[in-house]
Amino acid sequence: MGAILTTRNVTKRFGGLVAVNDFNLDIEEYSISSVIGPNGAGKTTFFNCITGFYVPDEGDIIFDGHYIQGLSTDRITHHGISRTYQNIRLFSNMTAIENILVGQHPHLKTLWVEAIFKTPRFLKEEAAALEEAIRLLNFVGLAGMGDLIAHNMPYGAQRRLEIARALASRPKLLLLDEPTAGMNPNESAEMMHFIQRLRDELEITILLIEHDMRVVMGISEQISVMDFGQKIAEGTPKEIQRNPRVIEAYLGRGAAAGLKLETKGAKA
Amino acid sequence: MIKTLQENFRIILRYGLLGSVIALYLTTIGIVETFAQRNLVGTSVSLGHVFLVFGAVGAGFLVTRAMKEHSASIAAAASFITGMITSILLIILTLVIQVFVIQAAGQERVFELRSMFVNLSPSLVEFLTFGQGLVLGNLLFALFSGLMGLIGSSFVLLPENWRRAWINSLIWVLGLGLFSENVAQIVRELFSSSLNKVLFTNKALNPVAAIVIFVITFAIGYFGINKKTRAKWEQMPESRRKRGRTVLIVLSVVFLLVLPWTVGLFLSQALFIIGLYVMMGLGLNIVVGYAGLLDLGYVAFFAFGAYTMGILTSTGPLGRSDLTFWTALPFAVLVGVIWGLLLGFPVLRMRGDYLAIVTLGFGEIIRILALSNWLAPLEGGAQGVLHIPHPKIFGFAMDSPQSMYYLVVLGAVLAAFVTIRLRDSRLGRQWMAMREDEDVAEAMGINLVQTKLLAFAIGAAFSAMSGAIFAARLGNIFPHSFNILISINALSLIIVGGMGSIPGVVVGALILVGLPEMLREFAEYRLLMYGILLIVMMLVKPEGFLPEATRKRELRSGKEQFSDQVARSES
Repeated sequence: MGAILTTRNVTKRFGGLVAVNDFNLDIEEYSISSVIGPNGAGKTTFFNCITGFYVPDEGDIIFDGHYIQGLSTDRITHHGISRTYQNIRLFSNMTAIENILVGQHPHLKTLWVEAIFKTPRFLKEEAAALEEAIRLLNFVGLAGMGDLIAHNMPYGAQRRLEIARALASRPKLLLLDEPTAGMNPNESAEMMHFIQRLRDELEITILLIEHDMRVVMGISEQISVMDFGQKIAEGTPKEIQRNPRVIEAYLGRGAAAGLKLETKGAKA
Repeated sequence: MIKTLQENFRIILRYGLLGSVIALYLTTIGIVETFAQRNLVGTSVSLGHVFLVFGAVGAGFLVTRAMKEHSASIAAAASFITGMITSILLIILTLVIQVFVIQAAGQERVFELRSMFVNLSPSLVEFLTFGQGLVLGNLLFALFSGLMGLIGSSFVLLPENWRRAWINSLIWVLGLGLFSENVAQIVRELFSSSLNKVLFTNKALNPVAAIVIFVITFAIGYFGINKKTRAKWEQMPESRRKRGRTVLIVLSVVFLLVLPWTVGLFLSQALFIIGLYVMMGLGLNIVVGYAGLLDLGYVAFFAFGAYTMGILTSTGPLGRSDLTFWTALPFAVLVGVIWGLLLGFPVLRMRGDYLAIVTLGFGEIIRILALSNWLAPLEGGAQGVLHIPHPKIFGFAMDSPQSMYYLVVLGAVLAAFVTIRLRDSRLGRQWMAMREDEDVAEAMGINLVQTKLLAFAIGAAFSAMSGAIFAARLGNIFPHSFNILISINALSLIIVGGMGSIPGVVVGALILVGLPEMLREFAEYRLLMYGILLIVMMLVKPEGFLPEATRKRELRSGKEQFSDQVARSES
């Protein structure tokens, strides 16, 4: 197993602010990895660089053997990267099924002219797409909610739908931006198991940004810690928990003992 | 009761004055007096009356709704008082007219109000006071306004089926009176002129006929016949409903086919124009309703279609080829598409307001270019393109409004067909995703450039087709036919009908294009009505008359699961 995503010295500046500074990362194929860090550390900017929303000022992003930095977001999606958003960004006036159907866009082939004449190929592809959409809907546990307008769905369902939409493009790498934001501990735990299931059943690589330490420590195989745009630590959950720089970044000097207690409490 | 009324006097006063201001406004701009001659029922109820009481009825309605928590009698009394309050400003107006218009006439030293407000005439006072003199007349008018306030309250207070019947019959009687000319025309064609004489005299509904219609429609409303038939329909088994639907479709096709022959030449022409706008509206609906690209220069493509048709088929000096309508039509559409793409390229990166401004400019540039001397050798400049032949089919020239109506219906049906097919395809979903969130749509792998250009091109194609038919119908085209009002009309009809909804486009065209054609008398007030309708629409029903329905895609069997799914996710 090699690295599916490698970033080399990725740097992104906004005027005088260096949002991402010389960031290196190797993501193993079929792994679950996390990027954590305090608010404003540059995690989402880093995600945006990977998915093409931003073009990094310096550095390379290599995905599955291709240099993808500077490509437009739609090209990057065609390469096999898919993502969700920190503040849910569904197509809010479309139904759940339609959201997933849009997600399937990269592997639908028929032209619009065929749609006008309803050619057999078009009908076959649409039927298959609908079938897959319903399958995905069931997979994320939203069976029966397919015809609801997205913004009418409960919060947790919207999060799941966003993941279903991301999965619809059949990605090799799934980027989850704070998948448990705004959830209570039970829902977070459920989401955590769900993310594990995603990896195990669909055999994809998952990279997530997360604040909930229980989730991060519970499912990550590798964690990178970011502060002021720089990587300050990297390692397994255990290594990260003991790393004094991480604790300092999160809680300030002298708070190391507190965090240790908290994580112990979470495990118990 | 008196105490409650006193406590709520502020509400009563507020709505009363609001109604009064509306009544004063409508009177001062001249609507009331202009239409005082236009009788709806007999010689006693005129359109002027309807406008006159509008403020009082509305105030009565609102005040009753605001005082719902009190008993019906209190609410009714409140609405009566409100109605009387609405007459205040008009009573003052009659006095003002008496002093500054009637008395001032001929005296040079006194300020003559009428030089500014031309509508404040002695005959208006006569109309407002029922010809009973200032004192008695104004008293009567106050009482009358109070009664109108009561009518307003009746829309709230009456029990459900009485209310439905009452509103139903009012709409029918006033509507028939209003559209008397058009209805009379249809009655003449379909039945006989004797029935026509029974129904109408001199544009107004006869009193007896009005009462009969009132009773019939009242009964229909009271017994809820509409509702019952719908309930029966819902209960029918699927197979019978399917058959019923086929019958309905056949009936509506037959209806569309015979329509121009029953409504006469004038209305056929109106239908033709409605059809043109439906076609344009469907095209603009793709650009604005589906793809979310606000295009205010849509008339440009209409102009391209019309001019291409004109230049290619004209038998005058400007004609460049001897193509017929049918062979020139594809070229007209093609030119529209090409310009749709050409406009699309520079605005690809623009969003929202910026896009609207640029397209607005584009539309104006095209109109000014068409008018310019520079292009005059090609397309006639201000003189326009003349002698465009009517389309011929099997040697038969389509020169009547009726035959052109069929052409335009065919075009509109084609446009609707293409729109429906595209809407349900991948491209339709791409458009809608782009409308919802452009960045996320791109992150879903959608190529924004391609998707936007396709929206512009297909929208432009419909508009150009519409323009080509327009040119062939009129025979002569001039630059001033392609002003910005056409873009605004097309956009408004989509908004009124419901963004992204195909039946909405038809309804919007009927309301915004059809009604003004049928109510020629309103020509002076057309834009005013337009504005009022759009404002009211945005406030009351921002999603339009017939909003786009959500399509059910997931299996129907999922319905039972659905309820417990919701329960689970909420717990």
